[in-house]
Amino acid sequence: MTNKLEVIDLNAWFGTHQTLKGISLSVLPRATTAIIGPSGCGKSTFIRCLNRMHEVVPGAHATGQVLLDGADIYAPGIDPVQVRAKIGMVFQRPNPFPTMSIFDNVVAGLRLNGTRKSRRDLAGIVERSLRQAALWDEVKDCLHASGVSISGGQQQRLCIARTLAVEPDVILMDEPCSALDPIATAKVEALIHELKQQYTIVIVTHNMQQAGRVSDMTAFLYLGTLVEFGPTERIFTTPEKKETEDYITGRFG
Amino acid sequence: MTPTAEPTAGSTRLSYARRRLLNGLAQGGAGLCTLAVLLPLVLIFGYLLVKGFSALNLSFFTQLPKPVGEPGGGMANAIVGTLTLIALACILGLPIGVLAGVFLAEHGHSRLGSTIRFCADVLTGVPSIVIGIYAYTLIVLPTHTFSAYAGGFALAVIMLPIVTRTTEEMVRLVPSTLREAALGLGVPAWRTTLWVVLRTARGGIITGIMLAVARVAGETAPLLFTAFGNQFWHQGLTGPISSLPQQIYTYAISPYEDWHRQAWAGALVLLVLISLTSLAVRLLTRGHARSTL
Amino acid sequence: MSHDVRVPRAVTVPLRRRINVGDGLFRGVTAMFALTILAVLGSIFVVLAFQSRESITTFGWGFLTGTTWDPVFKQFGAWPFVYGTLVSSFLALLQAVPLGVGTAVFLSELATPWLRSPVSFLVELLATIPSVVYGLWGIFVLVPFVRSYVEPVLGATLGFLPFFQGPAYGVGMLTASMVLAVMIVPYITSVTHEILRAVPADQREAALALGATTWEMIRTAVLPYGRTGIIGAVMLGLGRAIGETMAVTMVIGNRSDVSLSLFAPANTMATYDLYVHALIEIGLVLLLVTVVINVLARLLVWSVAAPGARRG
Repeated sequence: MTNKLEVIDLNAWFGTHQTLKGISLSVLPRATTAIIGPSGCGKSTFIRCLNRMHEVVPGAHATGQVLLDGADIYAPGIDPVQVRAKIGMVFQRPNPFPTMSIFDNVVAGLRLNGTRKSRRDLAGIVERSLRQAALWDEVKDCLHASGVSISGGQQQRLCIARTLAVEPDVILMDEPCSALDPIATAKVEALIHELKQQYTIVIVTHNMQQAGRVSDMTAFLYLGTLVEFGPTERIFTTPEKKETEDYITGRFG
Repeated sequence: MTPTAEPTAGSTRLSYARRRLLNGLAQGGAGLCTLAVLLPLVLIFGYLLVKGFSALNLSFFTQLPKPVGEPGGGMANAIVGTLTLIALACILGLPIGVLAGVFLAEHGHSRLGSTIRFCADVLTGVPSIVIGIYAYTLIVLPTHTFSAYAGGFALAVIMLPIVTRTTEEMVRLVPSTLREAALGLGVPAWRTTLWVVLRTARGGIITGIMLAVARVAGETAPLLFTAFGNQFWHQGLTGPISSLPQQIYTYAISPYEDWHRQAWAGALVLLVLISLTSLAVRLLTRGHARSTL
Repeated sequence: MSHDVRVPRAVTVPLRRRINVGDGLFRGVTAMFALTILAVLGSIFVVLAFQSRESITTFGWGFLTGTTWDPVFKQFGAWPFVYGTLVSSFLALLQAVPLGVGTAVFLSELATPWLRSPVSFLVELLATIPSVVYGLWGIFVLVPFVRSYVEPVLGATLGFLPFFQGPAYGVGMLTASMVLAVMIVPYITSVTHEILRAVPADQREAALALGATTWEMIRTAVLPYGRTGIIGAVMLGLGRAIGETMAVTMVIGNRSDVSLSLFAPANTMATYDLYVHALIEIGLVLLLVTVVINVLARLLVWSVAAPGARRG
């Protein structure tokens, strides 16, 4: 099967400070790829390059190629706005829009992209997205409550539903559970298992056990370079590189 | 995904091109707003420079106003009056303001401190004409005369909250490590504040004072009720005294061409002084938190 | 041989309570000075209220609705002043709010860093220009301009509205509101700028990650988040507009007719006759209105802006 995302020689800078050095890897479709590594290794920078969010920060830029189904999102003339409608992102801390209801939060992406669907169609999409995010049963009676009136774990699932509503090709998750309690974390992890049957997921995590639980492929980043990349099981049981083994066994990071 | 700019589903989406157009228009609109806001600034400075400069000469700074109808004369008394009033305001307002600011910096978290800070903020919002009426009622009415003292008092009341708040902020900025070093050496707290903290914050406090002075230098309304204005040199501080803004006002609403010209000159002088002070404050406090406006 | 060793004992000095006296005194002195602020503010209310009681008892609420200000017959009705103030302030807000918010959006979202600092300085410079200079410029530059170019156009196009009828006196409400708008724009801009800066980055990123253009991000994530604070900024501007006296007086002229038409000269609270108690009562009304608006505005602004950002 062809790779959903192909990263070719990705370099990234914050001003003159280079944070990613020549990263190349392939993201398989309908699978979860985890990015692990010690803090400061560039995992967040890497994932933000995949939907061109990295360049939002003033002074930040990136070079290289990222092919989505064969087309380079960094090609000249490509508008990042359209890239981001195709590659969605869930952030570390839940960030629903506080001035919008749960309903409006879910369809926010659709409205931003200029949809002309009727309210009834939108209601259907809301239900579908919230079901996919395993949140429907909990909020179906209060869809007009504010997006921040629910718990942290629910807010994060709301953000996932919001991302799902625009039907992206790839879902990026930047440490989605680090602000959640263990129960909420378990719910989100179960969700990831469900979602990957339909979507391609790339997840950054500092929690190795989580990577082991949810991902099919794992990439280990260290100091901005890709040290090792392969099936999760192999990385965790028989890593090829010494740094990988040191990190896995907790000798640093 | 195609690398071209066309979206996928056609009729159920606002065209992508239209969204981009809207984006460009909105950004352009914001830029236009900024230009529209800055335009009066350019116009005012421009007109002042053009019209005021031609009326500026040595006699403007050295002579008293001539009687109506006679050309020439100057605003010497107004300039001296403004300086006098500012000096009076400073004498009255600065000690109170600085020490009150120190109090707020050290005890601002208490109930009393928050209340006083709130009062200071409310005081900054009181229109200057109300303060003028207040000073009129408090001083001019009982003494049956307009006076420089009344004017200085009104200006001091306007300066007071500004000086207090900026002093508070500047004193707060002094790192606590400095205080702790002094306390650790056995210096009592009150001396620490006076010798160490205030000395360190001195520069910031002075810029706060400059800010307050720039503000009151241009005040007219309160002075109309208190200092009243004087076409001649003031006779002591217990009588009416002229000031630059008040003189500009009197000349501007008069029907005499010559006075209009001098009003422009006076406005130029006033504006240059205030702007230089503001610029100096801005340069000196670059990087610091400032309380502005 | 054993020496008679005297082991020196630690010298203990009895700790005196010297420190507390100095500290207490210092705290007392500074507190006293700080209390002066409270005293001054309080005395403003008290003095104005006390001195206007004669006018209050004579006219009651009719003071605010009476239309005659006649020192000869001792009839003092402040309605012309109230009306003039309200209309000029409202018109000023209509102009200043879109311009001010637009400029704030430019500064916080669109301007490059090297542009932001000088431009915001220039905007704040507008706030340092004295009222009397605005008035001077208003009389001699803006009034003729409006009289020649703007009012004929407005009268021709919107003349059916009662506001725009009446002979085209250049000196009028319209011009005054324009000057007032320029004077309050810097306040609206800088407070709104602070509000928008306080919007957290992850709100912005949430919108961008969904595929929003810059304007869409501002419209969806930034402005709604800050809307309470923006309302506060507008109210702050309103408070300033109501209190601004000098420039408006100079531009509006000194007649006391009340007319619906914008082109007729109107009066504002600022101007005065020396009819002391009525005058002081006007001061009291002005004080109460502006203080209430300012307090409400601050509450709104502080609920959004970061705790460290204090506006003066």
